[in-house]
Amino acid sequence: MQQDFYIKDWVKIKDGKISNSKSEIFNSSEKNLDFFLKSVYDFLELKYPKFHKMDGLSKLGILGTEILFRENSISTDTALILSNNASSLETDRQFQESTKTFASPALFVYTLPNIVLGEISIKFKLQSENAFFIAESFNAEFLKNYSESLLTSGKSSEVLCGWLNLQNGEYDVFLCLISSEINISFSEECLKNLYFAEND
Amino acid sequence: MINLQTELKESIIEQLNLEDMEPADIGNDEPLFGDGLGLDSIDALELIVLLEKDYGIKLTDPAQSREIFVSINRMAEFIEANRTK
Amino acid sequence: MKKLYLLDDAIISPLGFSTEENISAIREGKSGLQLQQKPEITENSFYAGIIDESPLNDAFKAIGYPKKYTKLEKMMLLAVQQILNKNPNLNLAETALVITTTKGNINLLKDPGNFPEIRLKLSELGQVIANFFGFVLKPIIVSNACISGGLGLAVARRLGSIGKLKNALVVGGDLVSDFVVSGFNSFQALSQEACKPYSRDRNGISLGEAAAAILVIIDKPESSRNIALIGDSTVNDANHISGPSRTGEGLYQSIQKALKEASISTTEIDFLSAHGTATIYNDEMESMAFHRSGLQNTPLHSLKGYYGHTLGASALIESIVTKHSMLKNHLYSSKNFGELGVSKSLNIIQQNGEKQINYALKTASGFGGCNLALVFKKE
Repeated sequence: MQQDFYIKDWVKIKDGKISNSKSEIFNSSEKNLDFFLKSVYDFLELKYPKFHKMDGLSKLGILGTEILFRENSISTDTALILSNNASSLETDRQFQESTKTFASPALFVYTLPNIVLGEISIKFKLQSENAFFIAESFNAEFLKNYSESLLTSGKSSEVLCGWLNLQNGEYDVFLCLISSEINISFSEECLKNLYFAEND
Repeated sequence: MINLQTELKESIIEQLNLEDMEPADIGNDEPLFGDGLGLDSIDALELIVLLEKDYGIKLTDPAQSREIFVSINRMAEFIEANRTK
Repeated sequence: MKKLYLLDDAIISPLGFSTEENISAIREGKSGLQLQQKPEITENSFYAGIIDESPLNDAFKAIGYPKKYTKLEKMMLLAVQQILNKNPNLNLAETALVITTTKGNINLLKDPGNFPEIRLKLSELGQVIANFFGFVLKPIIVSNACISGGLGLAVARRLGSIGKLKNALVVGGDLVSDFVVSGFNSFQALSQEACKPYSRDRNGISLGEAAAAILVIIDKPESSRNIALIGDSTVNDANHISGPSRTGEGLYQSIQKALKEASISTTEIDFLSAHGTATIYNDEMESMAFHRSGLQNTPLHSLKGYYGHTLGASALIESIVTKHSMLKNHLYSSKNFGELGVSKSLNIIQQNGEKQINYALKTASGFGGCNLALVFKKE
């Protein structure tokens, strides 16, 4: 039985702008990453003290999923399938720097790209499929195929998939919530169009 | 002159990223782990680093650290007795 | 979901530069762990399984110029080359390349040598391997902490099941870098002795470096005896990013789901290849999850006493050893095990033995609360 899947909602965080499928949610000219992330945290009235211990990649992931999951109910088996190019290199460099004096365990714990999946799982109580992939650039075909394999096999009833990259203080986040609820078609083309569309 | 307890609280707030907290928010006898401040296992490891970095004390026994990190007062006592910086 | 058949494989490790050498070494109880000193990182000595560069370069000279490739690349390229030597007709234009690693060439962060900065990128590592042999498809790179090696097999099966892949070369590898040694040392997780999984006196991990590769296909091979992956699952603990769940919730659920997909019950599992890193918490968590799953009598081992923890390669190497265990009906002992030191009883394999193994379960867990369970079947 061929089942179709749809993009229920999406969120983008790039160049100081945050948008979801409905509208632009936030806009800031703040260039400093830490200040930007804190300003979004405050804007969302997040109240999650653990946030401040996270590295940049995890903070971006938490902010993006917070926006998505506030608007959409999610099942506890929602798979988390994320990808990027820089892995955790941003934090890796910081950890490496700390080893010159005193190696920091709080930094070391974030020197793996999949830690953000753990942070999202903890915050939203998701005990589900996880996978983090590294690629040269956003690969819509791959994300579509892998997510589909989880959905059609019944391993997951919904999937959060997308791109979460942080390099040299520059962030590029595009997260999609995929389900069988009829909406924008979950296709390689739609994913590409959404990812590459300029924010209005 | 700043006392050791306040100095410790300031260092902890900074090192453990306890955002929006002031030294006045942490009681000297308040439990640091579990209930109270709610620090976790990674925070405990960072406190071990703090002891060495700021006070020159090397801790290698995890059981020992559990006794020392009970409260600010207990930490201050331990530091006074063992500091090499 | 379709089955994924495991074909030719290769392991490059301190125990040898082929699967055969590795299995022989394991059978003889040899360990790749040796005493190491890194005074710039820690005043304590520790054990790690490190590949000597000299024999590695000598072996690599047969296929490429050693100075052009990083240590990790040479390890992984040698592994893949062995598979291709046995499969000269493999169509590289259609074969997927799945790479599993946690830190890749992270040693270049401290000592770049003559390598450009881009080599730190895992996608670049993937491209180096693809270009060396002429793989055409974009490499799929799995970087998901210590379950990566096994997750790579599951990824190949999942994509194959929806017709997006016919066969794949899954290759995994990681190094014992100063980066990782510093990190685990800051966690106070490095044992000063060779690691002792599940033992009462265990006190931390030993690190290891290795690479492994395996050819996997979706269509049933012509050979009469095959090992197939028939069930797979990953479930996050949703508890803590570096400490495992005390009840082993994520691992327990992974096991249940994988068994259900494989349509078999716990009692049919003949052998369990566990993660067993020898930290107090990991091994305790596993004992909880295994007990909850009814696996307390299933013969099990950890291979970390032979290899150390090889991170992104570990679950792949351990799956390969499981495959050979199944084909030979051999059980290999859990090295460095003394007295049981976890709260739930386990059937730790203490001496090599023989057993008819029709179904095996491979589990792994990692930072970020991830867990993986794979069910293998002999048919």
